[in-house]
Amino acid sequence: MGHLTTGKLCQMTETPLTRAANATPPSVARKIKGLSDRAIAWIFVGPTIFLLLAINIFPLIWTINLSFTNFRANRPNREVEYVGLRNYERILTDTDIWLNMQATAHFLFWTIVLQVLIGFTLAYLINKKFKGNDLWTTIIVLPMMLSPAVVGNFWKFLYQPQIGLFNYIVAFFTGKDPSSFEMLGQVNLAPWSIVIVDTWMWTPFVMLICLAGLRSIPDYIYEAAEIDRASKWRQFWTITVPMVMPFLMLAVLFRGIENFKMFDLVVQLTGGGPGSTTELTSINLKREAFEKWRTGYASAYAIILFVTVFGLASIYVKALNKVKER
Amino acid sequence: MSNFIQGLLRLKRGPWGLVATILIALGVFMLMQPFVMWGFTYSFITTLIGTVMFIIVSHFPE
Repeated sequence: MGHLTTGKLCQMTETPLTRAANATPPSVARKIKGLSDRAIAWIFVGPTIFLLLAINIFPLIWTINLSFTNFRANRPNREVEYVGLRNYERILTDTDIWLNMQATAHFLFWTIVLQVLIGFTLAYLINKKFKGNDLWTTIIVLPMMLSPAVVGNFWKFLYQPQIGLFNYIVAFFTGKDPSSFEMLGQVNLAPWSIVIVDTWMWTPFVMLICLAGLRSIPDYIYEAAEIDRASKWRQFWTITVPMVMPFLMLAVLFRGIENFKMFDLVVQLTGGGPGSTTELTSINLKREAFEKWRTGYASAYAIILFVTVFGLASIYVKALNKVKER
Repeated sequence: MSNFIQGLLRLKRGPWGLVATILIALGVFMLMQPFVMWGFTYSFITTLIGTVMFIIVSHFPE
């Protein structure tokens, strides 16, 4: 009886640490006791470093190596030749790839501008306390939760010239015939069609980040500004905007990197067409790597994109740190 | 301006970081601009130099 009571008491005072220590087999415990703290730390960190090297660093080094060869993944037995910088030279003198870059720049620029403007405005409005505030937040956030493949497919229907709701709405406001224009089929409209869909889908994400920024501003700052008789306009530009700026920059960084490698949504919507007007770099890269099987060439292409994104992200992180320091 | 040049000569992080940032931004602009083909051709080397410089100068003293 006494033994049982002591056992129960021991169980009650047992911490997770002692429980883990008791669960360790004696042979393992003996081995661990002989290790230094540094060695134990390496045991814990080791698997992560190994995975990082195996999944990220090794493929990157291998891709750099492949970018200097004429390797084709569909002909693994063919002798691989080192071609020096020829792949890079061919990519950087190719006018088609230049056009793809311009299509990507158009997509990137307009999606970021629209998402930041609309996202911030929505966040500003949602931040005001009103009835049904939470319901509206949920409704606005819904598009972000959908799969890009689903979004691509149903927007394809919305853009249909005969039955599409989008064409009818545009026709209602402009007085044009709904079937007189084709968003996905016309060279001048197709780049805008992907911008609209991406903005529709990802503005809620920017809105959520901005909302987090707006809600982090303490009320007393506005109260102090009111006492100093600062106008609403001045409060907006000297309190709200500077304090939301780090959040906004983070949103731009996330959306910029994501849109630079945009693939699924655009493939579902236009497949890169008409012609190659919406063929973004990632779509072109996929075609080179897995349709034409020019692995060496595609590797050089991927390295060019990687350096661009890495460079941009470096500047951006620096700017973000500066804004945070202010 | 003279402070900037002094900083460059003394290998300070600030001015060198600014040069690297300008190179990266210029490289990205050259890559995506629709005006001149030679800009596109030399964009990668500009971005690469800027990025490598950025990594190196981030270890310079403030």
